[in-house]
Amino acid sequence: MIGVGKIKQYTNVLDKPLSKGKQEVSLSAFAFLFSEMVQYNQTQVDNIAELERRLEDAGYAVGARVLELLCHREKGNRRETRLLGILSFVHSTVWKVLFGKALEIGCGGTLVRRVLMEESDRCQVADSLEKGTEHEDEYMISEKELLVNRFISIPKDMGTFNCGAFVAGIVRGVLDSAGFPAVVTAHFVPVEGQLRPRTTILIKFAEEVLRREARLG
Amino acid sequence: MAPVAPRSGDVIFASVERVNAELFTLTYGAIVRQLITDLEEVEEVNKQLDQMGYNIGIRLIDEFLAKSNVSRCVDFKETAEVIAKVGFKMFLGVTASVTNWDAEGTCCSLILEDNPLVDFVELPDTCQGLYYCNILSGVVRGALEMVSMKTEVTWLRDMLRGDDAFELQVKLLKQVPEEYPYKDDE
Repeated sequence: MIGVGKIKQYTNVLDKPLSKGKQEVSLSAFAFLFSEMVQYNQTQVDNIAELERRLEDAGYAVGARVLELLCHREKGNRRETRLLGILSFVHSTVWKVLFGKALEIGCGGTLVRRVLMEESDRCQVADSLEKGTEHEDEYMISEKELLVNRFISIPKDMGTFNCGAFVAGIVRGVLDSAGFPAVVTAHFVPVEGQLRPRTTILIKFAEEVLRREARLG
Repeated sequence: MAPVAPRSGDVIFASVERVNAELFTLTYGAIVRQLITDLEEVEEVNKQLDQMGYNIGIRLIDEFLAKSNVSRCVDFKETAEVIAKVGFKMFLGVTASVTNWDAEGTCCSLILEDNPLVDFVELPDTCQGLYYCNILSGVVRGALEMVSMKTEVTWLRDMLRGDDAFELQVKLLKQVPEEYPYKDDE
């Protein structure tokens, strides 16, 4: 096999200076790649739930690495340990780096009951992090048009399938790796007067996270 | 109407919508990892990546032609230059250089010094046979096939395998003559 016995020659990837993260590729390059990923995964599954799970898994792998990368580069090797801290890290830092903008203020969809006051006060520009009042452990991230859904139209027979599952996976990857296990799902929420529904990413934290949060006061 | 001047890769890249390269890199990494888990054999992974690239290439050529205003290349040499300077630049934001031409002018190498696919990547011992960037060779092959050129695209050097650059050999197998007139009703 080519390459065997050459391992010593490699510059260790950790020896390389960390890039500033300013490099870009064209949106189409990403869209083409993402489309291939979805198409490939379609060949590996029997149903929509499985397809979403596979996209979520792929996203999870991205999220885990994004957390590591951004904590190192943007946060001076520190990571958030409190619930609101990590949520704001997700919707401001992570979103800004990955999708080029922090989240915008969104109006409530059917899932959303109340805007979380502390958060929206603090980041007027950058917010659409909302909390469902029915359940203490649920938070939502809502976006008008998710980057990954830009060029996607869902065939009728695929029902509620949402490619945002990939982004939900990224969010879960970040949260889980930071010690905030959660179930994260992506949903379409129709908006009145608009052709395309917005995507809401629903975060439901595990019980232990809320217990710890209560203990910390 | 005067013919529109071809646009340089830099100009096009500056004018198109762009995304963070890390999102792209990590997403690609996630795909490769999925393939390795699913297919187990690195040979199969290489094949699947090439196939995905081919699928991309046959669609990407449309966007390339629409945005670049490139007219018909007179020979394969010009084609290679256009891929390296315009094609790579407009999609990946990096340029390649073209070298190692054979005497007939049908085989050359594209050298990539910067490759956004491989940031953060290190091949573990178990994946030594993997051509990590095999998707790129598929893209080039697919795109060229859509402009009537059958090619064979192979990796000669790969930095992940300890080489000093990425070298992609593009070999023109044959030029498929276009058929006129096109039949619309087929």
